[in-house]
Amino acid sequence: MNAFINRRLDFMGKRRLAFFVSGAMLLVSIVSLLFQQLNLGLDFTGGTLVEVRYAAAPALEAVRQTLEGAGFTNVSVQTFGAPTDVLVRLQQAFDPNVGAQVTDVLRQGGASVDLIRAEFVGAQVGGQLRDQSGLGMLVALGVVMLYVALRFQYKFSLGALLALIHDVIIVLGVFSLFQLDFDLTVLAAVLAVIGYSLNDTIIVYDRIRENIRKSRTDHMPTIFNEAINQTLSRTLATSGTTLLVLLALLLLGGDMIHNFALALIVGVGVGTYSSVYVASALLIAVKLQREDLIPAKKENAEADELP
Amino acid sequence: MLNRYPLWKYLLILFVIVVGLIYALPNLYPEDPAVQISSARGDATLDDGQLERIRNALGKADIPIERIDTQPNGALIRLASGDDQLKARQIVAGQVNDDYTVALNLAESTPAWLESLGASPMNLGLDLRGGVHFALEVDMDAAIEQRLQVNASAIREALRDARIRYRDTQIDGRTLSFTFASAEDRAKARDVISRQFPDFQYADQAAERGATLAMTLTPKKVQEIQDYAVEQNLTTLRNRVNELGVAEPLVQRQGPNRIVVELPGVQDTAAAKRVVGATANLEFRLAARPDTPDSQTETLPFRNDQQRTARLMRDVIITGENVSSASVGFDQNGRPQVNINLDGTGGTLMNRATRSNIGRSMAVVYIDNKTRTRTVMENGKAVEKRDNYTERGIISLATIQSALGNRFRITGLDSPTEAKELALLLRSGSLAAPIYFVAERTIGPSLGAKNIERGIHSVEIGMLLVVAFMLIRYRAFGLVANLALGINLVLLVAALSLLGATLTLPGIAGIVLTLGMAVDANVLIYERIREELRAKMPIQQAIHAGYERAFTSIFDGNITTLLVAVILFSIGTGPVKGFAVTLSLGILTSMFTAIMVSRAIVNLTIGGKPVKKLWI
Repeated sequence: MNAFINRRLDFMGKRRLAFFVSGAMLLVSIVSLLFQQLNLGLDFTGGTLVEVRYAAAPALEAVRQTLEGAGFTNVSVQTFGAPTDVLVRLQQAFDPNVGAQVTDVLRQGGASVDLIRAEFVGAQVGGQLRDQSGLGMLVALGVVMLYVALRFQYKFSLGALLALIHDVIIVLGVFSLFQLDFDLTVLAAVLAVIGYSLNDTIIVYDRIRENIRKSRTDHMPTIFNEAINQTLSRTLATSGTTLLVLLALLLLGGDMIHNFALALIVGVGVGTYSSVYVASALLIAVKLQREDLIPAKKENAEADELP
Repeated sequence: MLNRYPLWKYLLILFVIVVGLIYALPNLYPEDPAVQISSARGDATLDDGQLERIRNALGKADIPIERIDTQPNGALIRLASGDDQLKARQIVAGQVNDDYTVALNLAESTPAWLESLGASPMNLGLDLRGGVHFALEVDMDAAIEQRLQVNASAIREALRDARIRYRDTQIDGRTLSFTFASAEDRAKARDVISRQFPDFQYADQAAERGATLAMTLTPKKVQEIQDYAVEQNLTTLRNRVNELGVAEPLVQRQGPNRIVVELPGVQDTAAAKRVVGATANLEFRLAARPDTPDSQTETLPFRNDQQRTARLMRDVIITGENVSSASVGFDQNGRPQVNINLDGTGGTLMNRATRSNIGRSMAVVYIDNKTRTRTVMENGKAVEKRDNYTERGIISLATIQSALGNRFRITGLDSPTEAKELALLLRSGSLAAPIYFVAERTIGPSLGAKNIERGIHSVEIGMLLVVAFMLIRYRAFGLVANLALGINLVLLVAALSLLGATLTLPGIAGIVLTLGMAVDANVLIYERIREELRAKMPIQQAIHAGYERAFTSIFDGNITTLLVAVILFSIGTGPVKGFAVTLSLGILTSMFTAIMVSRAIVNLTIGGKPVKKLWI
């Protein structure tokens, strides 16, 4: 495991390749988001959902026909987790007792059926949440950009912001590409990814700033490489432990947080990659110079050092 | 000297850890399944005889009782096994009369000494214990219209007192308009009304025949009415939920016009919904005289016989809002009735109206505001349309025998159940504005139990993996980090319990995620120490430099994550809020444990001592 420490990896030398890889991932994500959008969950679209458990695994087609025969329209039936657990989605308007109604209808066939959960979200509520969530994500990005600009310098904040947008788009792209259910918990995961990925980026930036001040060379790629190599084992260790617990969540946490864990795993993976390649390489692209951090001695450079 | 803390710092850290342990401790005591008896009226208490009867009845049914706690207005019966809960409720309900509500509950079993310190376990969210969640929306337009109706009544009376004749009243949105025969009448009326009703903007309008006075509510007043409607509905819903006898219910305003109700442990959604969402109200009105002009009367059907109708005055004497208490009783023939007590204002109004109208009939009108929701296709998109409609029916029409005071009774109800629900609704207050359900979630108890089991399982496994990873990678220092991680978990649980935060499934995920990220600070520090050691720095100095130099990175990284968590908290609802709370608390506790606690352990063991080699 200590192999990384002594080896000097030329990250910045491969930045063109990294831009290409990132560009390809972004392209696929954006195309998928444009053409098949996100498979938004009930939280955002509104609608009715009933989850029931059978004693023995039922035939899904038969379940659907039973429900349509009972007058429910636009029924979608799928298994959820186990073959005995069935998730029924209805598009019709809300009825106070839809959970009980669905279970009653399904019980008529003589099968033993238990209601696990019933959810109803009004279309208006869903729409509002959708707007609010988009706004929340923008505000989160804006606030962290401001913070980085204040603590570091605006060129850093530009790099951090682009890296974050990169991460968010790719996570969303994965959910769009595989048409995974995007619900409120996944949104929470995306916001957590923003926090996590930024944490990673800042730690690399912190080291870059320190090294620019210390080192004598003006060749930025060298300084960046050194900083990334110095923080690499930390980056891998932290991402490693985080991924370990996330895997535990994914495999053991149950169906309700399955997608949440998945979004975080993708996000942590991409976030780690982006803090090395995207965020730092972007600093070269925006032509960060020593003078950006060490202004002519007039200004109080010490202020930056204070936590 | 390097790497030594002053004594007070050790003591402070020790103090924080001990406090953390105490407040985290209640979570280790499992909750007892229980049956709760509470008085619906809030004034009756169970006596020893009744409790003894319940004890015997349960004993006869072979249901072992752990303990019975008496409470201010009821009792809590703790059972030994959760399987008996449903059966026990039936038996207990059979032993007490209708004035009591019997509900299933999970009772904390925190020992008394911990309770005296204010320690209690975390609340479990609906997704972990099962229950129902409702989101209700208050119909603001209806709230304003109702207020205009009341004002219209009062203005009509003022005009009659001033002997000004009007032709017609109309309500349109926020505007109330009166039509008069001539402009002179209108000028007189405007003079009279505007003095008494300052919350309107007045405007003269021409009408086909006569002159119209348009009165529009000021925006400030509209805001006030809307706020009042939501606040009043909130209070009413709280009262109703309390009458349901659910443990730890939550009734909360969300946004400008929404109310969230969470009832943990409730499985009978339909019954809960009927009571929470009931919009019934009562109105007391005089019957019309044969010579009353049609514009002042309204013909309504009887509730139990739609063919029969009666002509009533439009003006309302009082509504259900003036009822201070209501209970169910029976008349001589065994028919159900509701005994009503009015508040001061209600009593006065009732007395004034009945005193001068002895021999005339008075009607009790039952009003039910209902909403029909249907989905229609509009421009290719499914849009929800809501139609509000009101069902009005006369419950009773009786001759006023004498001037009524603030106590009287309503008869003519169909069944004891109806009488009971009507009494409950009158007691808990009616809604100031109609509400309708916009979201609902029901979570079965089996799902809740499974979620909590899985959640705890993943915390355990996740923690184990991290601990193993740290031990392998940082050896002795890994041990220090793991100790800090354990303390972090304790402090996080303690903070969540102390704040009364609700633990949800995403909340557990937040804890797991925090554990994964919490080692980050330690990793940063240790990597820095390793680096300094490679740069041939003396051991004690390397430790010192590692902690000092890693601090800025740790601080910056955590502050930004904290900012994101705060934003998440402000937009999220329910479970997502839980995630945001655990994430932000986790960041704070992990900063404390990674920086202060792990440093203290290092300082205490090897700080300032001549160490030859560092196991890092």
